[in-house]
Amino acid sequence: MMLAQQETNLPPTISIKNLSIDYKAKRGQVQAVRNISFEVDRGEAMALIGESGSGKTTIGLGVVGLLPPTAKIRQGEIIYRRAADGKIVDEIDVLKLNPQQIRQFRWKECAMVFQGALNAFNPVLRISDQFADTASAHNALRGMALKERATEILHMVRLDADRVWRSYPHELSGGMRQRVLIALSLLLEPQLIIMDEPTTALDVLTQRNIMDVLKDLRKNLNFSLIFISHDLSLAAELADKVSTVYAGKIVELGDVYTVFRNPYHPYTIGLIHAVPTLAGRKEDLTSIPGSPPDLINMPTGCKFHPRCPLADDQCKTQEPDLEEIGKGHRVACWKWQTARETLKRFKAS
Amino acid sequence: MTSPLLELNHVSRTFMVKKQQIKAVDDVSFSLGTGEVLCLVGESGCGKTTTGKIIAGLLSPSSGKIFFKGNDISTLSKDQHNAYRLGVQMIHQDPYASLNPTQTIFEILATPLRYHKLVKTDKECRDRVLSLLELVDLTPPDDFVEKYPHQLSGGQRQRVSIARSLTVNPSFLVADEAVSMVDVSIRISLLRTLSHLKDELGLSVLFITHDLALAKYFAWDGRIGVMYLGRMVELSPAPFLVDHPQHPYTQVLLSAIPEADPDITRKKQSLQLRSMDVPSLLRLPSGCSFHPRCPRFAGQLCQEQIPSLTSFYDGSAVACHLVMDDRKKDVIKA
Ligand SMILES: Nc1ncnc2c1ncn2[C@@H]1O[C@H](COP(=O)(O)OP(=O)(O)OP(=O)(O)O)[C@@H](O)[C@H]1O
Ligand SMILES: Nc1ncnc2c1ncn2[C@@H]1O[C@H](COP(=O)(O)OP(=O)(O)OP(=O)(O)O)[C@@H](O)[C@H]1O
Ligand SMILES: [Mg+2]
Ligand SMILES: [Mg+2]
Repeated sequence: MMLAQQETNLPPTISIKNLSIDYKAKRGQVQAVRNISFEVDRGEAMALIGESGSGKTTIGLGVVGLLPPTAKIRQGEIIYRRAADGKIVDEIDVLKLNPQQIRQFRWKECAMVFQGALNAFNPVLRISDQFADTASAHNALRGMALKERATEILHMVRLDADRVWRSYPHELSGGMRQRVLIALSLLLEPQLIIMDEPTTALDVLTQRNIMDVLKDLRKNLNFSLIFISHDLSLAAELADKVSTVYAGKIVELGDVYTVFRNPYHPYTIGLIHAVPTLAGRKEDLTSIPGSPPDLINMPTGCKFHPRCPLADDQCKTQEPDLEEIGKGHRVACWKWQTARETLKRFKAS
Repeated sequence: MTSPLLELNHVSRTFMVKKQQIKAVDDVSFSLGTGEVLCLVGESGCGKTTTGKIIAGLLSPSSGKIFFKGNDISTLSKDQHNAYRLGVQMIHQDPYASLNPTQTIFEILATPLRYHKLVKTDKECRDRVLSLLELVDLTPPDDFVEKYPHQLSGGQRQRVSIARSLTVNPSFLVADEAVSMVDVSIRISLLRTLSHLKDELGLSVLFITHDLALAKYFAWDGRIGVMYLGRMVELSPAPFLVDHPQHPYTQVLLSAIPEADPDITRKKQSLQLRSMDVPSLLRLPSGCSFHPRCPRFAGQLCQEQIPSLTSFYDGSAVACHLVMDDRKKDVIKA
């Protein structure tokens, strides 16, 4: 099933507008997601990168309606669109769904593979039962049809379907379990899949295998992907678009080549230079000074200003909005025009 | 030639698992001089932490010998053994779990100083604590002494762990995944701090990581050792190992790592393993334990004989029958 030509002209699979999410915590409100907007087109993969606690998982949980009770969506809109035969057949305002409807939405329209989900399986259920559970909750496939569909997708993730089907979770390695989870997310043919750190706990070779599987799936199936990772290299390999998230806000968004080659936000620039590469030289590495902000006691102005060598009075008092600076390239920085040059000089001195 | 600071001589360590013996570390030998860095890399369970703990004296080897400053540590007197245990300090992976939450940073650092009678007066103690904080780049140190661990970020906590390991004036640090838990944006500055300490205090460092790019960077002037199922399969100068991997396992590993550059990473060709299954230590393959997965597998010899780590004139060392055969002329005869 190749991406149909006419589908590329359709509106995005998901459009998120001005989404803000808080958590109630003992010390006060955690502003985990702040006024985030982005779209993911048909068949497109968008990576969310950024350091721990920047709000990446919270965005995903918001989309599939699985935020904990302590979370509150303060504002925003999430629109999901199902396409079939080259047209939009359903448009869903996700935040307006009732609990029953959101359960239907999950898996069937949008599936999420959770961070650290390797232990998410029910240990006493065979893989076949885990598939049956998910299917029956949606009055979907059963019996032979289920087995057939499962065999097909287990093959797609390069698993020996016959063996895995009868296995208990503990009989499978971490990498196999992760692939089962990916297969499960595909079961009801959702048009949006969210993967939260799908390879983080895995070894290099297992990670490579999962990445290859994901690339295969993207080539052969027609789903949109939100790929959450703190690992830039995975985003570089898999994504079409990249968003840098800092302190709950998208500070840069663009095509993957643009963001890696011509980043404009000082945080993105810093992040790219802070990651050692196999091919890189020692001199190319620089660190970002300071540490990530406290989301309860947020700095004023631009949230990156305490760590930014370019910060001036405006940065300290006013927070910049995400602004379109080139085709599909958006940056939230007062200094974006001179950022790269200034940082280069800064590093040289 | 002066003797190296630390030498491992055919060191192995077994554990009992399900009433069966497993060799977590199998016949590992290497030595490390003063101020030298060695990075140990390899997949989960290959024996990196066990090797680190053996070196730090937290585990004893099941067989083989360890020499510290030229002395066989199994023959040391009690006092000498204590001195060795203090001389080799281990920094653990988790900056959250390893600090006592009820102590201030001052107390965390002052306690070992007083316990080991490394300071005489309160004034001396305070000065030493402040200078240790400065050494690990927690500046100005006065801002940190009265804080509790939970008031610090992960990176700052890890710096406190490093400072604590330095209280007893070690000559050797074992850093086990010491930067893995902190965010990418601060990893490099933490590594820089470790690098400076090494240069300033002449420390030797065994740096354990599963991240080869990080290893190349940290061990730039040192060496990287690659372990597989308890054995050292390649041990070479760091940039050389990454640029010219020789052992098929090292080659596979390097080819599998994604790079933080869309052009490079999408052009990369990953080498295919013959099997994705990682053998269990309970049922180790015969001969070279990598042979069931090895893309260069060459039959009988690989299946039957364990290749030993062989040193070459260019400073590299590899445990592979095929590499040995390719490079017969370059072998340093023992
Ligand atoms: N249930 C909760 N209650 C209160 N605060 C929370 C809760 N879950 C998350 N947070 C806070 O919200 C912020 C965003 O968390 P989130 O898990 O979305 O970050 P992340 O970018 O996914 O981080 P990581 O890379 O570590 O997974 C963090 O500061 C976190 O501490
Ligand atoms: N105390 C123990 N008892 C039994 N088995 C052990 C013990 N400690 C380690 N092992 C086993 O020895 C092998 C090597 O473990 P080790 O912790 O040294 O690996 P590692 O390379 O540090 O892995 P990781 O990258 O996951 O930290 C593993 O199979 C482990 O399960
Ligand atoms: Mg997360
Ligand atoms: Mg370990």
